[in-house]
Amino acid sequence: MTIYSIIFYLLSVLILVTTALAITRRNMVHAVVYLIFSFFGSAMLFYLFGAPFLAVLEVIIYAGAIMVLFLFIVMMLKVDTGGERLFPLSQWLPAAVCGVLYLVLGIGIVVSDPNSHDALKTARAEPGAFGQYIFQNHWLSIEIISLLLLVAVIGALLLARRSKRPSAQEIPEGE
Amino acid sequence: MIVPFNHVLVLAGLLFLMGIFCVVVRRSLIMILLGVEVMLNAASIILVGASLLWQNLDGQAVVLFVFAIAAAEVSVGLALIVWAYRRAGTVDPENYNILK
Repeated sequence: MTIYSIIFYLLSVLILVTTALAITRRNMVHAVVYLIFSFFGSAMLFYLFGAPFLAVLEVIIYAGAIMVLFLFIVMMLKVDTGGERLFPLSQWLPAAVCGVLYLVLGIGIVVSDPNSHDALKTARAEPGAFGQYIFQNHWLSIEIISLLLLVAVIGALLLARRSKRPSAQEIPEGE
Repeated sequence: MIVPFNHVLVLAGLLFLMGIFCVVVRRSLIMILLGVEVMLNAASIILVGASLLWQNLDGQAVVLFVFAIAAAEVSVGLALIVWAYRRAGTVDPENYNILK
């Protein structure tokens, strides 16, 4: 048991507990804040696995941008979660049986696979080397992804815009 | 030596299961989108672990694309939620029953 494995187990417990708390909160602001802690844990896990650049991106994009966007929407919409029902009780049993069955089967397959017993060796991909690798081998994918982001920006703007006719009626009425 | 690879697989599998649970059980579009984020995060944990196992940078490259796609998906998804909220006045998917 090295110091790395202790860090790994601590981080996995942190990630699992905060995610479990996040998905069961009724108050969505609490859920989002718990999930930010979970993503911080994932970022540290990435750093442990030798991906410092991805760890930084996880904090900036996931914990920073995406979760703040969620927080913004949760606070903007008047969402009533007090009366939120979970599953009807009669559907719990089959769902739980299927879920536990898949969980046991999956863990069994993973544990019994001899190839996955190889221990991970510590290594580190320096951000500079990683960037060079990406732009040498995946430059086309980078361009496509940047186009996708542009399309997403335009799509979000179009969707969030108020349609023309109602706003033209509302503005004279003193909105 | 960090840990055997299958411990990473079990961690990511549990995280993915939590994401599925959130998507299936919660009755709010925002929480459903949050569950999708948890699942994407679990997938990227596996990819980074596999990239370390085989000492190959391709796994980390795919994680970069996953991040970009997650950002695009969330921005469009939240815009759609706002749009649907304006139309129906609710984010409970059970109330979107105009075709019934």
